[in-house]
Amino acid sequence: MKIFGIPIFPEQASTFAADVDALYFFVLATCAFFAIGVAVAVIYFGIRYHKKHDGEIGARIEGSLPLELLWSVIPTIIAMVMFGWGASVFYHLRRPPAEAMHIYAVGKQWMWKFQHLEGQREINELHIPAGRPIKITISSEDVLHSLFFPAFRTKMDAIPGRYTELWFEAQTPGEYHIFCTEYCGTNHSGMIGTVKVLEPAQYQAWLQGGSMEGTLAQRGAKLFNDLACSTCHLDTGQGRGPSLKDILGKTVDLQDGSSAIVDEGYLRESILNSQAKIVKGFQPLMPTFQGLISEENLVALIEHLKSLSPNATTAAAPATGAAAATPQPAAAAVEKK
Amino acid sequence: MLDQLKMPARNYLNNGHGLASWLLTKDHKRIAIMYLISISVMFFLGGLFAVGIRLELATPAGDFVQAGTYNKFFTAHGVIMVFFFLIPSIPAVLGNFLIPPMIGAKDLAFPRINLISLYIYWIGGVFTLYAMLSGGVDTGWTFYTPYSATGSNSNVVPVALGIFIAGFSSILTGLNFIVTIHRMRAPGMTWFRLPLFVWAHYATSLVQVLGTPVIAITIVMLAVERGLGFGIFDPSRGGDPVLFQHLFWFYSHPAVYIMILPALGVQSELISTFSRKTIFGYSFVAFSSVAIAVFGFIVWAHHMFVSGISTYAAMVFSFLSFSVAIPSALKVFNWAATLYKGAISFETPMLYAYGFMGLFTIGGLTGLFLATLGMDIHLHDTYFVVAHFHYIMVGGAIMGYLGGLHFWWPKITGRMYSEFFSRIAAILVFVGFNLTFFPQFVVGYLGMPRRYHSYPDEMQVLNVLSSAGASVLGLGYLLPAIYLVWSLKKGEVAGPNPWGASGLEWQTQSPPLTENFVEVPIVDREPYEYEHVAAKEKHLV
Repeated sequence: MKIFGIPIFPEQASTFAADVDALYFFVLATCAFFAIGVAVAVIYFGIRYHKKHDGEIGARIEGSLPLELLWSVIPTIIAMVMFGWGASVFYHLRRPPAEAMHIYAVGKQWMWKFQHLEGQREINELHIPAGRPIKITISSEDVLHSLFFPAFRTKMDAIPGRYTELWFEAQTPGEYHIFCTEYCGTNHSGMIGTVKVLEPAQYQAWLQGGSMEGTLAQRGAKLFNDLACSTCHLDTGQGRGPSLKDILGKTVDLQDGSSAIVDEGYLRESILNSQAKIVKGFQPLMPTFQGLISEENLVALIEHLKSLSPNATTAAAPATGAAAATPQPAAAAVEKK
Repeated sequence: MLDQLKMPARNYLNNGHGLASWLLTKDHKRIAIMYLISISVMFFLGGLFAVGIRLELATPAGDFVQAGTYNKFFTAHGVIMVFFFLIPSIPAVLGNFLIPPMIGAKDLAFPRINLISLYIYWIGGVFTLYAMLSGGVDTGWTFYTPYSATGSNSNVVPVALGIFIAGFSSILTGLNFIVTIHRMRAPGMTWFRLPLFVWAHYATSLVQVLGTPVIAITIVMLAVERGLGFGIFDPSRGGDPVLFQHLFWFYSHPAVYIMILPALGVQSELISTFSRKTIFGYSFVAFSSVAIAVFGFIVWAHHMFVSGISTYAAMVFSFLSFSVAIPSALKVFNWAATLYKGAISFETPMLYAYGFMGLFTIGGLTGLFLATLGMDIHLHDTYFVVAHFHYIMVGGAIMGYLGGLHFWWPKITGRMYSEFFSRIAAILVFVGFNLTFFPQFVVGYLGMPRRYHSYPDEMQVLNVLSSAGASVLGLGYLLPAIYLVWSLKKGEVAGPNPWGASGLEWQTQSPPLTENFVEVPIVDREPYEYEHVAAKEKHLV
């Protein structure tokens, strides 16, 4: 929306935008009602009961319990409506549909790097198709960042050491801002980009024109060999490390008697900090890769590992889900040895 | 009548001359004056940085200063304004000066501790200012890890230690007030005869005493993380950067109430005095201060809805955040009801009180937008948040401070300032404030992130409005510095009770004696009874 050519309201380019804006206008109208009501009352009283002569004093009115109850209970009810409505929009925002297209984002001082499963990699630019839910898994190479799409009304922090995620479904083809909204140092305001929403056919064409590096999982498979993961993690289960076939979403028993669910967070921790969780029956032989592998390569490796579990139905939820409330150290472990 | 008035021959200002009589004083009123001068200097410095920020944002490109310098500007602005101006402002100046005479006491319970707290504030302030001048710090006043721990090359630890030191000043002041309010009340001054200003300070003091140690501990953790290489917040060593946010906001959210609660107390005094009417719903207003202080401790994670906390934790904190809105709304409704059938006049303090009602209401209501989960995801860390908290802290706390300063100035100095210029200043502050910060709500919803050194071109008009408003606001703040100082020599003699106010502090001479009262007053009335004030005025005439 524009006034005299000046935008005063952001474009609605995702399915969330209308939901969030409806909530916004409800809260705005409610608040305007109360603010104007108070303003009218105090201005009216100021005029109507203006002091007329020296020594005049006001009426002695100590208070009124019914009024106090009235103006406690009514705002409480209204606040609960706001809370409930806001929570339901939020819940929707936090629950990516299972069929969502998956993209990885890495925040780094001061750029956003995006990786598509098909292999395309972009910096400060993101091409996506309209009309398809898209889930972005976010990580950070260094400090906190926050990936913000104002036209989609959503954002999520990038936190070093763990995965977070957001999702949206873009509706209107066009170009929109990407901002970093968590202060991240000197060029924080330079950490911006453009999201290009394309018609599905155009998006397919864009994908065709991409790099020749192969898919993200194929890059991961190459890394799996280059880093010598494949020498221990044999598919047969006879290697020095556990087989990684069909483990996604499964529960593994650990050396210390506990168990862990294999998700992206678990795989991440198991690669970076391999001693954290040792699968029962294996020795802690695996080196730690903390500092030796970039976030982008890590993502490729995890994508490869996920491709070894073709039958897993749920792409395990990253750390934004209910399970990750507590400040538990980064992730879960690996079956390393 | 005024020309009959004379400055009292003996008062706290002429009881002792020379620098030592000030620096070694145990008189809460003189300590308050020294705080007033100190925080005014800090306000000026913090304001200078705000000028730098608004100049930079007048154009979309980052062309006034470099990005690193800009980051140091907004950090310095935030640190100085929050820790060295807003937190001490009303409590250490007005609270210090007024709580003893309001409750019929000669001084605070611990006069020496009061003086020590001033010295601690000075040491912390000098430490922080030195660290800022010798290189500055670029983390923002929030010091989020891991940037503050490993990313930033600036003076993080020295500045944080300055805040650490100043925190003890805040704790000691709070402790002093709590003990004073419990133990030093004059005969007959029951809890429910206390002015609401005192209730608000009691609630504030609880937050200061219980909350400030947490920020102190957090700063120590940050210092050992940065200086000694601990891994508390470092994920590569099993630490968690988000833990810092929990600890930081566990103090810094309640700290918002340290800043605003005293202003709510001032507001109650102003509304009652200038409508010559007892406050509507005294006990509701009194307890709402305590409720705000208590609820304030259980809402901190609403600063972290996109920081990786779980969906359900976010819902709990959203729900709790709405609970703070209720006692705040209750206060506004009670003030409005107090005006009903009052005898209202609009001297300068009342102009500030009216301005406060508008700005605090907008500031409070926009808090609802941010507590509403689905919307906060969009609004978080945008200029909407910047506008919201400036409506509370500048529109609320500073309006309250200026209103209170104008109200009690004749009590503090014994003289009146220019009514004409002070009204002009009050109006300039109100207009300039809205022009500065209202456009920021719009540009925030549009998506402009906070702490941006440059921004997209289409957002320029709103930013220019904001910068223009800031210059009006700045003028509104400079005027009082001139006419208040002028009044010290040239102002009309005020007399003990120029406003016809009902509080005990107005029963003694202006400026008061060092021991406040000639003899210990005995309180036999409810607060805010104007019948006897009117009777006394009539008697005088």
